[in-house]
Amino acid sequence: MEIITIVLAGILIGSAVYLMLSKSVIRIIIGTAVMSHGVHLMFLTMGQLKRGNIPVLDDDVSNYADPLPQALILTAIVIAFALTAYTLVLALRSYRELGTDNVEEMKGVPHDD
Amino acid sequence: MTTNILPLLPIMIPFFSGIIMLFVGKRPIAHRVIAAISGLLLIFSALWLIIEVYQNGTMVTFLGNWAAPFGISLVIDMAAALLVTTTAIITFFTIIYSFQTIGIERENYYYYVMIMFMITGINGAFSTGDIFNMFVFFEVFLLASYVLITLGGTKIQLQEGFKYIVVNIISSNFFVLGLAYLYSVTGSLNMADISNKLAGFDGSFSIMSLVAVVFLFVFATKAGVFPLYFWLPGSYYAPPMPVLILFGALLTKVGVYAIARTYSLFFMDNTAFTHQMLLFLALITIVMGCIGALSFSDMKKVIIYNIIIAVGIILVGIAMMDESGMLGAMYYLIHDMIIKAALFMLVGFLIYRTGQTNADRLGGLIKEHPVVGWMFFLAALALAGVPPLSGFYGKLFIVQSTFENGQYVAGIIVLASSLVVLYSVVSLFIKAFWGEDMDFTTLRPVKSDKILFASIAMVIVSIAFGLAADVLYPLFEMAAQSFYDPSSYSEYITEVE
Repeated sequence: MEIITIVLAGILIGSAVYLMLSKSVIRIIIGTAVMSHGVHLMFLTMGQLKRGNIPVLDDDVSNYADPLPQALILTAIVIAFALTAYTLVLALRSYRELGTDNVEEMKGVPHDD
Repeated sequence: MTTNILPLLPIMIPFFSGIIMLFVGKRPIAHRVIAAISGLLLIFSALWLIIEVYQNGTMVTFLGNWAAPFGISLVIDMAAALLVTTTAIITFFTIIYSFQTIGIERENYYYYVMIMFMITGINGAFSTGDIFNMFVFFEVFLLASYVLITLGGTKIQLQEGFKYIVVNIISSNFFVLGLAYLYSVTGSLNMADISNKLAGFDGSFSIMSLVAVVFLFVFATKAGVFPLYFWLPGSYYAPPMPVLILFGALLTKVGVYAIARTYSLFFMDNTAFTHQMLLFLALITIVMGCIGALSFSDMKKVIIYNIIIAVGIILVGIAMMDESGMLGAMYYLIHDMIIKAALFMLVGFLIYRTGQTNADRLGGLIKEHPVVGWMFFLAALALAGVPPLSGFYGKLFIVQSTFENGQYVAGIIVLASSLVVLYSVVSLFIKAFWGEDMDFTTLRPVKSDKILFASIAMVIVSIAFGLAADVLYPLFEMAAQSFYDPSSYSEYITEVE
């Protein structure tokens, strides 16, 4: 099970890199979002995927699940969500101001009219 | 085990003042007053922290009274206390500087609120003792910096801000990935606990070298280390001057601090690989920064490339990881934060007064502004490390450490970079203040009393720091100790148990 999710995380990060190497601003933003998903999946796998165990450390329980990675990626997901929302708004605003969503044209020092 | 409120103050004061400003609404004058008062409070609380830490040793607070390896702990050692104090001083004077430079539009749209939230994150990253909590505080100040770099919505800000944001999102994602590896190896997130566990392990963890590379990728991107500084000159050029002061003086230094913390606590197992890699990258960073600083006559660009040189020099001290190396790194870190803020303020004044960023188009300004000119000259000397000004002590200890460890090339590059720094900044001084007079009628009439107050105050702070370096030596010795002797940092864990 861990192998499958690790491979899946690798595929997600690989496709995120492909998206981020493209020229369109929207694709780059989707790439960052997909990359965060891959990374979070990796974090979840690092806590070991065990089903049917309770997440408490107790004397009676020998085989407990680790709840910490899930709590941590919850925090990281919220942050990634906020970042994606902010970048999307910024992309819209810069499309209106700069008149392009092609990063090839976003270089040099533009001057305000 | 107690919950002491004092280590929390540098995080809580800017956080709550930011929230209060949000509730006050779009009233710039009220924002100014609240921001300045909370800046003063920050300085006082930070100085109080230094006194407490000096008398009683490292201060630890357990949030929610959860014992150390399980809950989040805030650990303020002398290094964190000194950095928090420097941050507070720079914040206060930058706020004063902003009154007359940032413009009423940006002030209306919650400029001071974002500064306060950014300081919350920076102080948090300096004082936390939990590596995941450090990630969260990194995100706090990065999110505020995303807003600050794009606030105002000019074309260059939107264009460069977008690149800045994408680069930082990628490196933050890798931060989470590195945390995942670290957690799966050690099963802990408390930095002191991880350090103890790794120190108590007999075999060699080759996986820790991989984690070291991931962490270096993350922090090197934020700090602007070769080859990951490519975004820095473009992005830092975009925002208005007060934002640039905060970014240049504080943000890269948080990355440097994080490298020092993680490389001293986690990656002491295979220093032949990790610290040599760090040293190698630091040296190339210095060389690249020197090339950049020499190739521009744009005042902003020259000083931005000087940030990169300084990051390289501090990292050379950190890569040595012995007593004199860390002592030098701490001295130079504090010195560089103060002097970069001072130089950016003076350059900002010149840009506001003349409307030009290119030093070639200026000349003869010493007749109009003699005080600014000589302050600029003093700041240039301090930046290059001319004794007895503040840059000298840091470089002295770093160079001493490189020669003690037989890294002669490193020592020579650090020394040679001082000449380049001196040349690049003094040539700005010569071009702007000496030479043929420019047309003084093109100077813009600006109200400059608060700008000059803040700039001159920062230069005086820097000079005072240089003259008082001897008095402050015990503090820096304590600060360096928690890096080159990690057990002194992590001993609070054993006290808890």
